[in-house]
Amino acid sequence: MVFNKNAVHSALFLLLSMTMIAGLYVLLNAQFIAVAQIMVYAGAIVVLILFVVMLLGAELGETIPSWLTVRNGVMVLLALIFLTVSGTSVYDWLYSTQPITGAVTDELIAQQGSAELVGQSLFTEYLLPFELASVLLLVGIVGVVMLGGWRFVQHRQRGE
Amino acid sequence: MDWIQSLLIPVVYSVILVVMLLTGFAYLSLVERKLVARFTMRFGPNRAGPFGLLQPVADALKMMFKEELLPTHADKWVYLLAPMLAISTAIIGWAVFPLTSHGLSLLGYTIPPILADVNVGLLYVAAVTSIGSYAVVLAGWASDNKYSLLGALRASAQLVSYELPMGLTLVAVILVTGTMSMTKIIQFQVDHAWLIVLQPIAFIIFFVTGLAESNRSPFDLPETENELVSGFMTEYGGIRFASFAMGEYIHVITFSALTAILFLGGWSGPGADSVPFLGLLYFFIKTAVMIFTVIWVRASVPRVRYDQLMRFCWKFLMPLALLNLVVTAIVIAL
Repeated sequence: MVFNKNAVHSALFLLLSMTMIAGLYVLLNAQFIAVAQIMVYAGAIVVLILFVVMLLGAELGETIPSWLTVRNGVMVLLALIFLTVSGTSVYDWLYSTQPITGAVTDELIAQQGSAELVGQSLFTEYLLPFELASVLLLVGIVGVVMLGGWRFVQHRQRGE
Repeated sequence: MDWIQSLLIPVVYSVILVVMLLTGFAYLSLVERKLVARFTMRFGPNRAGPFGLLQPVADALKMMFKEELLPTHADKWVYLLAPMLAISTAIIGWAVFPLTSHGLSLLGYTIPPILADVNVGLLYVAAVTSIGSYAVVLAGWASDNKYSLLGALRASAQLVSYELPMGLTLVAVILVTGTMSMTKIIQFQVDHAWLIVLQPIAFIIFFVTGLAESNRSPFDLPETENELVSGFMTEYGGIRFASFAMGEYIHVITFSALTAILFLGGWSGPGADSVPFLGLLYFFIKTAVMIFTVIWVRASVPRVRYDQLMRFCWKFLMPLALLNLVVTAIVIAL
């Protein structure tokens, strides 16, 4: 994803990793989050990224003469650290036989369904962050309308 | 022998489903040609085999033996990926469709009526459908043809726009039934009434957006084979071209089955509770009726213009779907 020179290929790899994350959620018994992940990230956001890349014609970025630079070295190092950390946690999860403990257990998910649980915790425990996020989205929408419609408004004011 | 129950049966089950859908596609194309011919006072294909029954086989053989061309500057892997995406996204939705009421017991193992009874089945279908637009975008881009790219952008704008009213009708369905599991939605309809009675507006909006999502007439602007030379798949030939047609037809089957499940009660009908086979039969009949309606619409309604298409979606379907949702929510709350 990072080393690819073709931006569309990078976007496709991003799509792949989003889908993989959804797979991880399924393994963690969080089906609702997994499906939401695919709907929002894979279904909507990566499509927008692809649109932008294609419309700008920026498929082929700057050609890097040699990929062996300090920056890439740091990236590989970071990726390795991340892989180790995530790998250890997956390993721990695979070879630990204890069921999930805490507020959300397997039985609760089987009883009520993961969507209901997510909804309940969103609207009770995490109500304030949830509403704040919706305000943030609203700001985004208003901003897009302003940026996109600004020229149109100016034209109308000049009477064109 | 737990692996038979947990591995072998699902694998065989899905293989049967896939084979059924692929042959279903072939014969759907024949049925459509026959029906449209009858609607326009023609005979349709009647040379290959009795009543033209071997026509799909002949078409498939012809497509397979055609030379495959790869455009010079095409992006090879993406070019090959796009048709596969078009077919697979149409097929994998069937994993959460309940085919009948009960599982079938055979030699001590149970064959389940549904491949994966997840409790977010409806959302899963919506998510899979939204992946389908990648096939169009990538096909247009990878062909390295500016007309293909324009066609792909036009088509994906349509797909993305019509997803919104469709999603709103699905939310209305969830509100009424109070669940996202396909099994429970059908159970609700068995206990109360079919959702086409409870949610007629949602049914109509869902049907119209489904036509647009599966690129069917009158919303078949993505292909428009006789005016715009098929837009995004201009550069495809042979079996890959056939894959796009296959994806479209399987989308029609999937969408018809989804309509049957959500609004026509799925497997429900007299006697279906006790005899699983009857439920399967009812489900297929309902799906067939929906497929017939889709073909009927194609034969009767002219294609809309692109600006009409967009205006219809954003200025008519969206407010109507929102209104339907609000009214449903208020009625439920009361």
